Amino acid sequence: MKRAGFTSAWLPAMLLLPQLAVIAIFFYWPAAHALRSSFYLQDPFGFGETFVGLSNFTSLLTSAAYSRAAWFTVFFTLIVTFGSLSIALLLAVKADKVIRGAKTYRTLLMWVYAVAPPVAGVIGLIMFNQSWGPLKEFFALFGWDFKLGVNYFDTAFAMIAVSIWKQVPVNFIFFLSGLQSIPKSVREAALIDNRSATGRFWDITFPLLAPTGFFLLITNITYAMFDTFGVIDTVLKGQPGNNPMTLVYKVYVDGFRGNDLGGSSAQSVVLMVLVLALTVFQFRMIERRIHYT
Amino acid sequence: MSHVTLTALRKVYPNGFEAVKPASYTITPGEFVVLVGPSGCGKSTMLRMIAGLEDISDGTLEIAGRVVNTLDPADRDIAMVFQNYALYPHMTVRKNIGYGLQNRKIPKDVIAAKVAEASALLNLDDYLDRKPSQLSGGQRQRVAMGRAIVRDPALFLFDEPLSNLDAKLRNQMRIEIKALQRRLGVTSIYVTHDQVEAMTMADRIIVMNAGRIEQIGTPAEIYHTPATTFVASFMGAPPMNLLDGQIAGGAARVGDHTVMTDAPAAPGPVTVGIRPEDIVADPNGPLTLDIAIVEELGAHRLLHGTLAGQQLSVHVGKDSPATTGPFRAALKPGAVSLFDAGTGERL
Ligand SMILES: Nc1ncnc2c1ncn2[C@@H]1O[C@H](COP(=O)(O)OP(=O)(O)OP(=O)(O)O)[C@@H](O)[C@H]1O
Ligand SMILES: [Mg+2]
Repeated sequence: MKRAGFTSAWLPAMLLLPQLAVIAIFFYWPAAHALRSSFYLQDPFGFGETFVGLSNFTSLLTSAAYSRAAWFTVFFTLIVTFGSLSIALLLAVKADKVIRGAKTYRTLLMWVYAVAPPVAGVIGLIMFNQSWGPLKEFFALFGWDFKLGVNYFDTAFAMIAVSIWKQVPVNFIFFLSGLQSIPKSVREAALIDNRSATGRFWDITFPLLAPTGFFLLITNITYAMFDTFGVIDTVLKGQPGNNPMTLVYKVYVDGFRGNDLGGSSAQSVVLMVLVLALTVFQFRMIERRIHYT
Repeated sequence: MSHVTLTALRKVYPNGFEAVKPASYTITPGEFVVLVGPSGCGKSTMLRMIAGLEDISDGTLEIAGRVVNTLDPADRDIAMVFQNYALYPHMTVRKNIGYGLQNRKIPKDVIAAKVAEASALLNLDDYLDRKPSQLSGGQRQRVAMGRAIVRDPALFLFDEPLSNLDAKLRNQMRIEIKALQRRLGVTSIYVTHDQVEAMTMADRIIVMNAGRIEQIGTPAEIYHTPATTFVASFMGAPPMNLLDGQIAGGAARVGDHTVMTDAPAAPGPVTVGIRPEDIVADPNGPLTLDIAIVEELGAHRLLHGTLAGQQLSVHVGKDSPATTGPFRAALKPGAVSLFDAGTGERL
């Protein structure tokens, strides 16, 4: 292959400029701003600020509300990640048996992927609607008086269920294509070597899905921690009260509802460090192993 | 050691295509049978039905005295070597070889001993802790063999196991596989579309064409007395010359040339088959060929020309003079095969 080359440096620089500008304006600049704000105490009415050192961070450590949100986030992330991955894997394994080679089915299933996530979130929440949600009525049949936005457990349940529901199709598509890329002859060799279908799944299929699974694990953790903001906001509408919320939502609530810009900046700095750690972990793991070619 | 019996085994795919027409034969214990035929003739389908990877549409299949039609592949006591090796990419060579045993509740130390034995036999000792991606094609092929032999199965199945290797390695592995099968004495069915592999490895050859068995026989039988014009033209390189001829007055003639004096056939049109090496240069011979091209192959020469206006090839030794133009020749005794001009069946 021939490598394309540029004769001068300014053309590539110009081509890169728009992307770099977007990153700088919408990511680095706010991030730097947040970092700076996290060391200041802002006047709630916008009249100046006072340097307070690390006190925004130390008050996070001692805040009961913050640790409650942190624990809920851990719990929420684990359940959403595990739930959406395992349900998607189960569905993909079942679908793979049926559609091996049948391209039309595969294309039809891809369409699920094309439904915009906010639309999916709203549809999901309609199911739990207080006055006429079909799921609420279904639960009522079992004597469960489901109170979205009022009862802590019920609200958490709905948030988790909708977040899982939204993420399953994406995971499903990835798992399905992962399954379909396992060579037919390898499965057949396993069929001769092992009579148990469960055994074959855990010994052959599952390890061969590991690269896909690891990639999905990271994206699902990121999704559960950050991208579920929309779902949570649809439920809480900025008024969390005694309901559960994740750390990302708390940044928004404290900063924009509570006008505590310093404290909320400190919270977002903590989240940035978390994302950084997750990314470093992902790259390390990808370098290390989990691919076989 | 065990025999394999097929009775009217047939395969119709869900789309209605009959890939294997009812086939019956018995393979005796320890025999090495090669299934050969052109691409798409149903060889793999037949093998996969025997393995249990493809449902049997009709007929019965018996392995070692058991009807296995509805048994799972793992319960048929077979081992298979695939064209692309089908090794488990995430397992070491050791694990790959031992995996089939591990699932049959065999004690760990017995597995280790069997894996060691197989690896010694196949010269894999240095590679036991490698993953398949760290092996060459020939080494992968050996691992696939190892996986088959540790299981000590009643039947080995091979589906074109050598077609991904280069020519030199292919020759070497061909000899190794054959020697191994001899040593272990395991009944084997080997699929290939390479007629050289078929001739050199087989105890018996089954020639297939369009889902039908054309002939079953030893390599010599298949080569010297092909049952149909298809077999005659498929086996041998270059293939048997097939010429339009006539039976008249008890003699078989191609144009003005008499190729056989006591033809065992009724008067009328026939197809005359002559192997290229059965035509020999003879200054006083009864045939006069017109040679158009001489192919120099080192140890011998191939002459391409016509007899009575019909294309044919002649295979001569390197000492035999060869020039284009008229070529006087004779036929070796018993060289001529006669086939029905309509059905192509041997007369
Ligand atoms: N799943 C299927 N559905 C319908 N037809 C099929 C299917 N699999 C194979 N066939 C057809 O059955 C015929 C035999 O196929 P098979 O794979 O047995 O051929 P083969 O002799 O092994 O050829 P090759 O030398 O190319 O491997 C082919 O014509 C093929 O198109
Ligand atoms: Mg085939």
